[in-house]
Amino acid sequence: MSDILPFLKSIISVSGVSGYEAPVADLIKDKWRPLVDEVTMSRVGSLHGLKKGTGNAPRPSVMIATHMDAIGLRVSKIVDGFLHITKVGGIDVRVLPGAQVTVHAESGDQLPGVIAMPSAKLLPEGVGNDVLEIGYLLVDTGLIPREVAKKVRVGDLVSFANEPMELAGDVISGHTLDNRASVAALTVCLEELQGKSHIWDVWAVATVQEETSYLGAYTSAFDLRPQIAIAVDGTFAKGPGANGWQTYPIGKGIGLCMGPNMHPFLHKQLRELADKFEIPWFLDVTASHSGTDAYPMQVTAEGIPTALVEFPLRYMHTPVESVSVKDIQRAGRLLAEFIAALEVDFVDTIQWDD
Amino acid sequence: MPAFGNTQLKLLEKLCNVIAISGDEGEVRKIVLEEIKPHVDEVRVDALGNVLATRQGRTRSGAKRTRVMLDAHMDEVGFMIVAEDGEGIYRFETVGGIDVRHLVGKQVHVGKERTAGVIGGKPIHLMDSGERTRKVPVDGLRIDLGPSGKAKVGDRAGFATKFRRVGPSIMSKSIDDRIGVATVIDLLKHAPSNVDICAAFTVQEEIGLRGAQVAAHYFNPDMALAIDSTPANDLPVYAGGENMTYNTKLGLGPAIYIADGSTLHDQRLVRFLQATAESEAIPFQFRQPGGGGTDSGAIQSALAGIPTVSVSVPHRYTHSPVSISRVEDWKNTLALLHAALKRIKPALVAER
Repeated sequence: MSDILPFLKSIISVSGVSGYEAPVADLIKDKWRPLVDEVTMSRVGSLHGLKKGTGNAPRPSVMIATHMDAIGLRVSKIVDGFLHITKVGGIDVRVLPGAQVTVHAESGDQLPGVIAMPSAKLLPEGVGNDVLEIGYLLVDTGLIPREVAKKVRVGDLVSFANEPMELAGDVISGHTLDNRASVAALTVCLEELQGKSHIWDVWAVATVQEETSYLGAYTSAFDLRPQIAIAVDGTFAKGPGANGWQTYPIGKGIGLCMGPNMHPFLHKQLRELADKFEIPWFLDVTASHSGTDAYPMQVTAEGIPTALVEFPLRYMHTPVESVSVKDIQRAGRLLAEFIAALEVDFVDTIQWDD
Repeated sequence: MPAFGNTQLKLLEKLCNVIAISGDEGEVRKIVLEEIKPHVDEVRVDALGNVLATRQGRTRSGAKRTRVMLDAHMDEVGFMIVAEDGEGIYRFETVGGIDVRHLVGKQVHVGKERTAGVIGGKPIHLMDSGERTRKVPVDGLRIDLGPSGKAKVGDRAGFATKFRRVGPSIMSKSIDDRIGVATVIDLLKHAPSNVDICAAFTVQEEIGLRGAQVAAHYFNPDMALAIDSTPANDLPVYAGGENMTYNTKLGLGPAIYIADGSTLHDQRLVRFLQATAESEAIPFQFRQPGGGGTDSGAIQSALAGIPTVSVSVPHRYTHSPVSISRVEDWKNTLALLHAALKRIKPALVAER
């Protein structure tokens, strides 16, 4: 199996805040181009990679959705050269003080910055000694106020800037692994498919704006109208502060999710294939909303049978999200085996086990 | 003043990028020894790990020369691994004054091998609204080295932040006080002939000025200059209006101390530094009198008392993963100290 780590590190080293995914989209496009027959972009910026199947046209298609956008920040106000910020997506404010960021200035400059926690004396009485709301935090670019005024505008994006870090035991840590790790898994799948024959068309999709509105998954599913759809995303890994029933060990296998958001038949197929190919997996259950691209895809157009493949991710929505590279490869491999096993009439065999 | 530029900044970068948590200053000590050896007459490492070096003046023998102690602390705040939870997860304690609100989601390096680690936090999705606004105490945090990661209880850890230059500024985890260490090294390299320099690169400042106390005892100098880095709280006031509690401001030059939490700085030396700056047209500022402290607190009261003053390069975001200083402030600090050393005469501290 190819080494996906260099690619994964490259895509978590660039920004791609929800709504502004172009920097990461460019890298993904370059990586996918030799692996698929064509790469196009949807009207709202999602990437569509088409790998054609061997069946007779019109062929059925499967869409694999991995979102490439990431949570981030945005400049809301500039005071004396310091930047006030607001959230893009579900930011945990507790991770912000002292975090290294990049300000994507309107001038085109990428300004390194740090998120500053003003001393209690400068804040309204009673707020200074607790976790500070985002409104009290500031970004300092190290530039003098005149330079900041020249370069930065209200609305400019701010993204996390810490470099990826490899941890012991095949774990990669950094910002944005939610959900670039899935993009990497889908890339593994495309690489695996190079040596396999598959009847169905495969739409490899890197969606936009999952963290804010699922915009990319809704619109691409509508546009491509696949017969079945699979989302890939992170689930909660066991680790410090997270040991409840909804957490799973890192590096020990991938999650196959069941619940109202997933078609039971597809779920069962994935389980059987995982067992057949000895890919370790665990059952994840979600009682209603899966919180992933699977949610919008299921109800697109006249409805699409949908599944969800997951990998455990530690410290979700922090700049030190951590995943096992092995789990990423396992997810990619299972997707490839699933696609290769699709018979031309698979959709007709989907049944309800009532 | 000797030329200021890349040579000094490169050395500062090297000093900032090593980790030297209080009590484990070896990495900085190594660099200091290497840098100063050709420039000093005598150097020793004492019982606590201080690097103590003497450079005699070069005036004709018999002439009285002032013995000036130059102090900068080698240590920085950080962490110590205190227990193993298994599977690469470790408990830790803070060393020195660190605000826990700076810790969640940060990258660290652990032990002599600088093993990569992260301080993670519970995902926001699994928190109730109360947890989202509550500080996580240190005993609720862990350092995660990855499932097969190994550290030893007692290992030190520090922020993994790399030094960088940005426009007029520098950003680093340990400007406090590598900028002082780099300053004293520069002063030794270009030492004037009129004074004997007693250079103390001290340990354990961040946990109680412990190195400086014994260093002062060893040297028994005529006077001392503690060279450190002090917070600049020069951010805007949230509610608007003038910031009256800025401590120091970036860009205004070296901060001369008048009084802090542990020292009333020697007024002769305060006036002397002020006069030097004014006559050489070097920008400077007085640090707002108030709390906090430097090694001067331990030096001033050593032996029969040592006239002491502190000079600091201002930095924002003290004891956090990234502090910011202005290159120009450091340049002016060096200019002031080079000029001041040349002007020191025994009469300066002979009588009040």
